[in-house]
Amino acid sequence: MNIKKTALYKLHKKHSAKLVEFAGYSMPIQYSEGIVKEHNITRNKSGIFDVSHMGQLFIKYSDDITDKLQEILPTDLKNLKINQSKYSFLMKENGGIYDDLIITRMKDQYMIILNAACKQNDLQIIKNKLNDQSLDMNNDLSLIAIQGPESKTVLENVVSNVSKLKFMNGGNFFFENNEIFITRSGYTGEDGFEISIPNKVAIYFVEELISQGSTLIGLGARDTLRLEAGLCLYGHDINENTSPVEANLKWAISKNRINDNFTGSQKIKKQIEEGVSKLRVGIKPETRVIARESTKIFDEKDNEIGKVTSGTFGPSVNASIAMGYISNSHSKTDTKVFLEVRGKKVPANVCDLPFYKKSYVKGEANV
Amino acid sequence: MSNTKFSKEHEWITLDGEVGTIGITKHATEMLGDIVFAELPEKGSNVEKDRTAGVVESTKAASDVYTPVSGEIVEINQSIVDDPSKINADPEGGAWFFKLKLKDKSEFDTLMNKEEYDKFAKETSA
Repeated sequence: MNIKKTALYKLHKKHSAKLVEFAGYSMPIQYSEGIVKEHNITRNKSGIFDVSHMGQLFIKYSDDITDKLQEILPTDLKNLKINQSKYSFLMKENGGIYDDLIITRMKDQYMIILNAACKQNDLQIIKNKLNDQSLDMNNDLSLIAIQGPESKTVLENVVSNVSKLKFMNGGNFFFENNEIFITRSGYTGEDGFEISIPNKVAIYFVEELISQGSTLIGLGARDTLRLEAGLCLYGHDINENTSPVEANLKWAISKNRINDNFTGSQKIKKQIEEGVSKLRVGIKPETRVIARESTKIFDEKDNEIGKVTSGTFGPSVNASIAMGYISNSHSKTDTKVFLEVRGKKVPANVCDLPFYKKSYVKGEANV
Repeated sequence: MSNTKFSKEHEWITLDGEVGTIGITKHATEMLGDIVFAELPEKGSNVEKDRTAGVVESTKAASDVYTPVSGEIVEINQSIVDDPSKINADPEGGAWFFKLKLKDKSEFDTLMNKEEYDKFAKETSA
């Protein structure tokens, strides 16, 4: 299979990116600064992420389309205002998740942002549901995120009036006479924006952001940032066999949809009423040992009670951090557990998410 | 002749009498990226050539640290456990891992010299 390149590929090369294959794309895992520095730049200043590998699907708006999308998404789309975004799931019959996504109601269409590794399968599911085989992702657009406390100022200097956007809202703007769509959102736990922009001006746009003081950040730091923020990575923390309830993402199911019919709704309703047997929680090892994905979790009596789904070292919390599924009986905050790392049992505690809470006090973390 | 030699697992060892100081090479740290965790052998323990004698982890992955020679651990560098970022900053100097009393000096003699190692590192990373 040919490895795909985003419109920013040449810029990544120019900035000495270490490129790896991710979901069929050649993507920057880090640049010359390295993951920890890139992480801190995003937390303290502003970082630019190429997320163009993600799918951008636009669907013409109609009441009928809204009804059909509500059959596969547990989100109240009928009350979604123009330019408003919601985090949602493409649901599976068993209550599992085919993908997590952001859906935005634009003036006369929906925009859905899909994970790169899932997007072809998602597209087929949506095509079938909408009975429209002509539907396709827009591959003429790049997707660029700018995240961190200084991002608002940086982006405002390139795109006027963008700082007026409210969180999880979007709008149409112009860059060099090209219409672009910007939402105030992101996946790092920081204030930020995601910009959908034609490929032909993507490099120029990013160079403008860099000249205003922002920095290119790789997927390595994106992972440490999102994990500190307690956010799920599809394929790891959520998948086709975890429900939004088990994933502790019940908040993303619209309240007025819980008794509604959508794919997997019976299971969801049952889990909400009767509880779940396993739950996604935050886990903090008592030492610096890193508990990677698949690390087994034990209780004090040496019974296996769960597995880690993501684990790394969090530079902003200066500690080892992990998330995983644990039997519901052990999911309470401060429950003592043990993680099996290289044959040894490392003590750890169940903790609240996120690990890192945004503080607007400057100079708290080290750069 | 230099008292520092190198292994194919990207460790360096500097010999002073019968005690060798061991660490990982700059090339190794460049491949690993930011190191955020280090685990060292226990003082007084015996380690065997080419066996695991520690672990380093970057934000991305864990890697074993091997000892290039056999011997008894006589000292460990606690400062890199407390602050693993020192390993990236000064891998072939202050951020040594452990010192050991060599069991068999001939194990040291078979390791690569700097020129051989640099060539090896360049070839294997290409």
